[in-house]
Amino acid sequence: MSSETQKILTTDGIPLEVSLKKAERKNKLKAFLLVAPLLLFLIITYIFPIGDMLMRSIDDRMVTNMLPKTFKAMEDWDGKELPPEKVFEAFYFDYKLLVEEKTFGKLATQLNYEKNGFKSILKKLKRKMKKFEEGNYKEQIMGVHKRWANVEYWRAIQRRSASFTNAKYLKGIDMYENEDGKIVNVPEDRQIHRVLWLRTLEVAFFVTLLCFLMAYPIAHLLATLPMKYSNLLMICVLLPFWTSLLVRTASWMILLQQQGVVNDFFVFIGLVADDARPEMMYNKTGTYVAMTQILLPFMVLPLYSVMKTISPSLMRAGKSLGGTPFVAFWKVYFPLTIPGIGAGCLLVFILAIGYYITPALVGGASGTLISNQIAFHMKSTLDWSFASAMGLMLLAGVLAIYWIYNKLVGIDNIKLG
Amino acid sequence: MPKNEQFVKFDKVDKSYDGKVLVVKDLNLDIAEGEFITMLGPSGSGKTTCLMMLAGFETPTNGEIYLDANPISNIPPHKRGIGMVFQNYALFPHMTVYENLAFPLRVRKIPKDDIDKKVDKALSMVSLTGFENRMPGQLSGGQQQRVAVARALVFDPAVVLMDEPLGALDKNLRESMQYEIKHIHESIGVTVVYVTHDQSEALTMSNRIAVFNDGKVQQLSSPDKLYEEPVNSFVAEFIGENNTFGGQVTNFSQEKCKVKLNDGSEILANPITVKSNGDKTTVSLRPERALINTKEKMDNNFKGKIEEVIYHGDHTRVRLDLLGNKEFILKVPNSSANMDIKLGNQINVSWNSHDARALDPK
Repeated sequence: MSSETQKILTTDGIPLEVSLKKAERKNKLKAFLLVAPLLLFLIITYIFPIGDMLMRSIDDRMVTNMLPKTFKAMEDWDGKELPPEKVFEAFYFDYKLLVEEKTFGKLATQLNYEKNGFKSILKKLKRKMKKFEEGNYKEQIMGVHKRWANVEYWRAIQRRSASFTNAKYLKGIDMYENEDGKIVNVPEDRQIHRVLWLRTLEVAFFVTLLCFLMAYPIAHLLATLPMKYSNLLMICVLLPFWTSLLVRTASWMILLQQQGVVNDFFVFIGLVADDARPEMMYNKTGTYVAMTQILLPFMVLPLYSVMKTISPSLMRAGKSLGGTPFVAFWKVYFPLTIPGIGAGCLLVFILAIGYYITPALVGGASGTLISNQIAFHMKSTLDWSFASAMGLMLLAGVLAIYWIYNKLVGIDNIKLG
Repeated sequence: MPKNEQFVKFDKVDKSYDGKVLVVKDLNLDIAEGEFITMLGPSGSGKTTCLMMLAGFETPTNGEIYLDANPISNIPPHKRGIGMVFQNYALFPHMTVYENLAFPLRVRKIPKDDIDKKVDKALSMVSLTGFENRMPGQLSGGQQQRVAVARALVFDPAVVLMDEPLGALDKNLRESMQYEIKHIHESIGVTVVYVTHDQSEALTMSNRIAVFNDGKVQQLSSPDKLYEEPVNSFVAEFIGENNTFGGQVTNFSQEKCKVKLNDGSEILANPITVKSNGDKTTVSLRPERALINTKEKMDNNFKGKIEEVIYHGDHTRVRLDLLGNKEFILKVPNSSANMDIKLGNQINVSWNSHDARALDPK
């Protein structure tokens, strides 16, 4: 054969490749137009918000934009001793502008996040500022409150000079950057997020495990029963799936509360004394019970779809070749269900790690998860940048788990149906 | 060593799945050691159920199965030591060929060296040496089939069951696998119980064939006897091609009987199941036993009209309207003497009364 690959021409003399592209262009365009609405939808509702979240979580331009002159003047201040007069002067004019625009409250809130005590001295400064004379602002500001003469407060202002910050992420894992610029743990009595992260992982792990242990036999039964029974069983599995999440959670509240159905039954059969009813709700137990029940179908369905494809003759072959029923199950059947187990566990774990409504309703103080904390900052403290940061950390965690999972099991081995 | 004629014994075995219908009725069957026996029958005739009972996946509703004189109804499948080749091979898809073959040896805790030797031997027996590390999915249908056979034999079972093992293969491969399985059986002398619904498969491979219908063994005999001397009209119909005449016995004797056909003519036949005058009967005649324009002396001679001629190369199939049967088939060897076979011609057809078997009415 010659080294030059000869170009194949169509009967019209056009190169075959060109002709093929031309012929397929219309189909490609059609296919693209068909998916275009969904693509647009995804960009608007998914990719854009995530990008926005990322920006919000690291964006610290609010303070930067409120004190532009101050930060400019601070550029050649080494931060060791009190800043020079020009910094005070710049701060005076920046703050004056904010007072006139009536947005100084935001600055107070932001600076107070950085160091406690800013709110009161800024208010005092605002009152005294009206009588300030021109020139020598350093003396005048320092005279308002003794904290203005403390270099720590000026350093706190300087720390907010950057446009972007990782402070929210550090806060998410109970760490912060101290006055010396070192990243340290917050005092133990004020750590809350680490506990929540660990608890979220723990709950997700055990819910996944419980779901697996319960779903495996059910799925096996579903896959092996004759059609007329398996359909009925399938409806039993799917019925909760079709019921509203809130209804299901609410019914667990009815069942699990101290004067609830389950406790009444325990008392009735004499398992517990009437005055010693166990608390099964507003703690981790409630979260476990309700989440396991709610997430169970997500484990059953992938397992079922995989088991359905395993020929019963394989187990028979295992037995006829001399394997005990257990050996036949463990060496033949179980390995073949691993794709289903993988899919089910990944699905349940990822759903569980970001679960919100159920722990919020039945979790109480010891049963809430990281997503509840995120919601708390979204709705109550309105610290959206912190909520965004934690949301992104959660997302990163899920992606990390997905990655580890892919390394261990291989994503190609997953079978959802 | 004398052969054990009752190596496997079905003793009055009944089987019902729903308590209403018996799928196996009063089965009595002895299988000799080293024999290749085929259970042949249409689907739903109970043959696979028998195999499953022998393997231990179904329990007899009544009766007992003996393996080497030991009752086995209460022995679970994995302790029976019976090898089995399944319909769709049932190779373990997540194991290599080697692991598939090693499975029955590993569960028997055989040392690694012996496993290697036995697997090698089994693979060379089915000419698949060098395929140890392939996955079943990478093998062709015929190769998977051979792995399945090797796996069923690798642990030296006393009996090997095969449940329509060639059903999924194409025709040519099926034929070559038939010979291969037959040769393996001959070389290692294992007892084989083979289930199929393909009569040609049964005829080529077996020492004996048990024809199943309606939960019962209709006939148990060697392939040639089964074909030449069917004992009832089901077997005659099921095995090979068959021309039939319905009628009534008029002149009965032990050697011969006269049968009056529905159109009024009379033929001579060999009485098999008929016992006396007046019995209704179906007379069965193999197509190749009827000759045209023959010079041999035969005791049945009739004229028929050619309705259809189909050319088959080495022979020609001729459909005749003969004695009221419009589906009478003749196989005429392709020779120059038979050139006057033309559509619409009248033709002389003759056969010996010995070959016309008067069986039970359909």
